[in-house]
Amino acid sequence: MTIVNILFYLFSAVLIGSAIGVITARNPVHAALFLVFSFFNSAVLWLLLEAEFLAIVLVLVYVGAVMVLFLFVVMMLDINLVQMRQGFTKYAPIGLVVAAIVVAEIGSVVWVKELGLTNIGDVAPLPAGYSNTKALGQLLYSDYIYPFELAAVILLVAIVAAIILTMRKRTGLKPQDIAAQVAVRAKDRVRIVKMKAEGKES
Amino acid sequence: MITLPSVLLLSGILFSLSVAGIFLNRKNVIILLMCIELMLLAVNFNFIAFARQLGDIDGQVFVFFILTVAAAESAIGLAILVVLFRERRSINVSELDSMKG
Repeated sequence: MTIVNILFYLFSAVLIGSAIGVITARNPVHAALFLVFSFFNSAVLWLLLEAEFLAIVLVLVYVGAVMVLFLFVVMMLDINLVQMRQGFTKYAPIGLVVAAIVVAEIGSVVWVKELGLTNIGDVAPLPAGYSNTKALGQLLYSDYIYPFELAAVILLVAIVAAIILTMRKRTGLKPQDIAAQVAVRAKDRVRIVKMKAEGKES
Repeated sequence: MITLPSVLLLSGILFSLSVAGIFLNRKNVIILLMCIELMLLAVNFNFIAFARQLGDIDGQVFVFFILTVAAAESAIGLAILVVLFRERRSINVSELDSMKG
């Protein structure tokens, strides 16, 4: 049992524990913080699985952006926790039964020896000087360039959708109307009056 | 060395925990969204384990795209949630039974 195995089992155990915390936490804020913790553990496990770039992306994007968004929303809404917890124990047995069945099915598939996979054994470690980020970038900007552009468009659509959904018109405000300001002409504002000059005072 | 079956079993346990979470917290939309994030994480574990086992980095590209789409999905989901709470003053799933906006 090498140090890598020990680390893998340790972080897996912590990951499963924090996942249990996510689904059983009484307070949604605690659930979100447990989810942050499980993302950190997953990042460590991905580092052990030699996916360094994705591990860093998981921490930056998920912990740094998505989970902060979750926490904002959880803290912004005042939720009636007592009402939310009703039925928790009622549905607990069926949830646990379903989870046990899924684990048993996946386990039976995973541990079966006659899977037909020939190279299920140990993998050779990557050579020294191998850059995961460089390899991923070379693949992403050559073979997967169109999906990459599509992902950018999806993010743009998400920005537009989120802003449009949450924007609201308030009544009683006096905002600037930029178009009206730009379209104004001198004759709208200045009135030129022609009149005779007055005579010398006498 | 970390073997493929152990990673797959970890991802299976994670996935089934999030399925159980959807059963347990079936009233709270926020926790339902968190369970979906956990499910996507379990799927990503599978992709990374197979990418490493087969020596093919294309699996990691898929994880990259899944992360992108999941981020977009959660942003839109939370925006819908905020609008819903503003309209109904509640995010209880069992109260959202009217089709009229």
